[in-house]
Amino acid sequence: MSDVKHPFDDHVATIPAAQETPAGPAAPRRMTLNMGPQHPSTHGVLRIVIELEGEIIVKAEPDIGFLHTGIEKQCEAINWAQVVTLTDRVDYLSNLANNLVYALTVEKLLQMEIPPKAQWMRVMLAELDRLNSHLVWLGTHALDIGAMSMFFYCFREREDILRLKEMFSGQRMMTSYIRPGGLALEPPRGWEKAVGKFIRAFPSKVDEYESLLDSNPIWKIRTQGVGFISIEDMLDLGVTGPMIRAAGIPLDVRKTEPYSSYEKFDFIVPTRTENDVYSRYRVRMEEMRQSARIVVQAMEGMPEGAITADAPHVVLPDREKMKTQMESLIYHFKIVTEGYRVPAGEAYQAVESPRGEIAYYAVSNGTSKPYRLYMRTPSFGNLIALPTLLEGTLIADSIASLGSMDFVLGDTDR
Amino acid sequence: MVGNEPGRPEGQVQVNRAFHHPAILETRQALGEMTLIADPARIADLCRHLKDSENFVRLSSLTAVDWHPAEPRFEVVYHLHSVDPIGRLRVKCAVGGGSPEIDSVTGVWRCSNWYEREVFDLFGIRFRNHPNLVRILMPIDWEGHPLRKDYPVHGYKYDYGQRKD
Repeated sequence: MSDVKHPFDDHVATIPAAQETPAGPAAPRRMTLNMGPQHPSTHGVLRIVIELEGEIIVKAEPDIGFLHTGIEKQCEAINWAQVVTLTDRVDYLSNLANNLVYALTVEKLLQMEIPPKAQWMRVMLAELDRLNSHLVWLGTHALDIGAMSMFFYCFREREDILRLKEMFSGQRMMTSYIRPGGLALEPPRGWEKAVGKFIRAFPSKVDEYESLLDSNPIWKIRTQGVGFISIEDMLDLGVTGPMIRAAGIPLDVRKTEPYSSYEKFDFIVPTRTENDVYSRYRVRMEEMRQSARIVVQAMEGMPEGAITADAPHVVLPDREKMKTQMESLIYHFKIVTEGYRVPAGEAYQAVESPRGEIAYYAVSNGTSKPYRLYMRTPSFGNLIALPTLLEGTLIADSIASLGSMDFVLGDTDR
Repeated sequence: MVGNEPGRPEGQVQVNRAFHHPAILETRQALGEMTLIADPARIADLCRHLKDSENFVRLSSLTAVDWHPAEPRFEVVYHLHSVDPIGRLRVKCAVGGGSPEIDSVTGVWRCSNWYEREVFDLFGIRFRNHPNLVRILMPIDWEGHPLRKDYPVHGYKYDYGQRKD
C-alpha cells in the first residue's frame, strides 16, 4: 500500500468508532461489534459492523465486497457463448436461474424463438433448482437457530437434486445447461423415471420438515414476531422474493411477467401477512410444494421436438452432424473461434430466482462480445434492507433475521 | 393466496403510454422496451415525478455504461418497475467524461444508495447529494474504477502473466 493519502481515507470511518459518552451512570454505553466476515451465520463473507446499546442494535452497517471477482468486467472480455459459464458462478446455489436469465436476455437481443420442449425443460430445471436453493436455505437457517437435525434431512434431498443435475448436464453445481438458443445437451435416457421418482416423494418430505419444525416450541419462539420490516420500507429499499411475499405483496415475476411458458403452468404464489421470520419460512415451504407441482406438470406434459432453436449460427451443432456435414463443421469452427455476433441494442430481462428478482441488462454493439452486462442480483437488492431490518432489534435475533433474507454472497458481490 | 390468473400477457410487461415531463428529451421503443432519454440536470425531478404520478414505486436497478472514447462518455441507466399495474421502464442519462457528476436519486428511492455507490465504485461517476458516497465492492483504498473501458481486465496492480525471473 502506498504512503499517499487516499481521498477516501477519511471515509474509512463509514464505520465509526464507538461514541465517546460522557461519564455518568445514566449515559448508555455503546459497543461496536464486528460480525463476520468469517462468522458462520453470515452464510459467506458478509461483514456487519453492529453498534449496540446493551442488547439492542442501534446501527448496523453491512460491509460487502469480500467476494467481488469482477464478473461483469470479465464478461466484457469473452464472447457471448462463454459468458454462460460465468453466470453459473454468480449465484452458485441457483445457477440455473442465472443461466436462464442470461439465455433469455441474449435471445431477446437475437430475437430468437425457443422450441416448446426446451422451454418446458427450462421451467422444470429452474424449479428443481428452486427446491435445491430452498433446501440449502432451510437446512442452514434452522442450523443457525439451533435445530441441527434439519440440516441432514434437507441435504439428503438436495443430494438427490444434485444427482439429477449431474444426470442432465454432467455437473453437480456449475451446470451451464441452459444456454442461449436452448439447452446444452439432449436430456439423458430415463430422465422421466429419475425425476418422477424424486418429485413424487418430495411433498411428503416437506411435510416431514414441517413436522420437525412446527412442533418445536423453540423454533416458534425464535422466529415468530422477529425480523419485522414494513411494506413501505421494503418497496422503497427494493426488496423482492419470499421476503416481500411474506408481507402480503404477491410480487413474483413468474406470475406477473411470465417468461419461458410459465403462463401455461398451474401454480399459486404463496403469500403471508405476518411479515416476520416465521412467515418467510412458511412462504418458502409453500413455494417448495408449488415448485414440486410445476415439475410434475412439466414432466407429464413435456412436448416433443427439438431442444435447441433452429439457428445454426448460434447453437453448437450436433457432434454427429459435424463429422458428416460441411456446413456444421464451418458453423462449429466459427462459433468456437470468434463466437456469434449479437445485433446492437440493449435488453433487460427479469426472472424470479429463489431469492427474488434477478435481472440482466445486456448492451451489445454488434460484436461477438458483450459491450456491457449488468447483473441485478436479488441478494444485493435484498441486503440493502439489512440495516433497516436489524436496527432496533435484539442482537440475539439478528441471526434469525439475517437467515430469513436468504442471501448468497457470491450473488451479492459478483 | 393469489390464484392463477389466466389471460396474463406473456413476457416482460412494458409500459406503453406516453410520458410528459420537461426533463424527457426523447422516447425510444426497441425490442418491446421503452426508454426515456432524460436531461441529467433534472433527473431527480423526473424520478420524483415518475414515482409519485406514474406509480413507479420500485427502482429495479441503477447502473452505467461507459462509451469510451465517445463523448458524452457515460450513460447512467435506471430501470423502474411499477407494481400495480405491472410495467417496466428504462430511463437513461448521458454524463460527460471530464468529471462525471449527476444528481443522486436517494431522496426518491432509498435503495439507490447502494446502486449509486456501486456505480461510483466501478465507474467513478459522482452522485451529488448522496449521503455516503464511498466504495462498496472494491477495497476502500483501491485506485481506479474497474468497469471503465480504459481499465485493463487484469488491473494495474499486478503483472499477471509476466515472468519476473
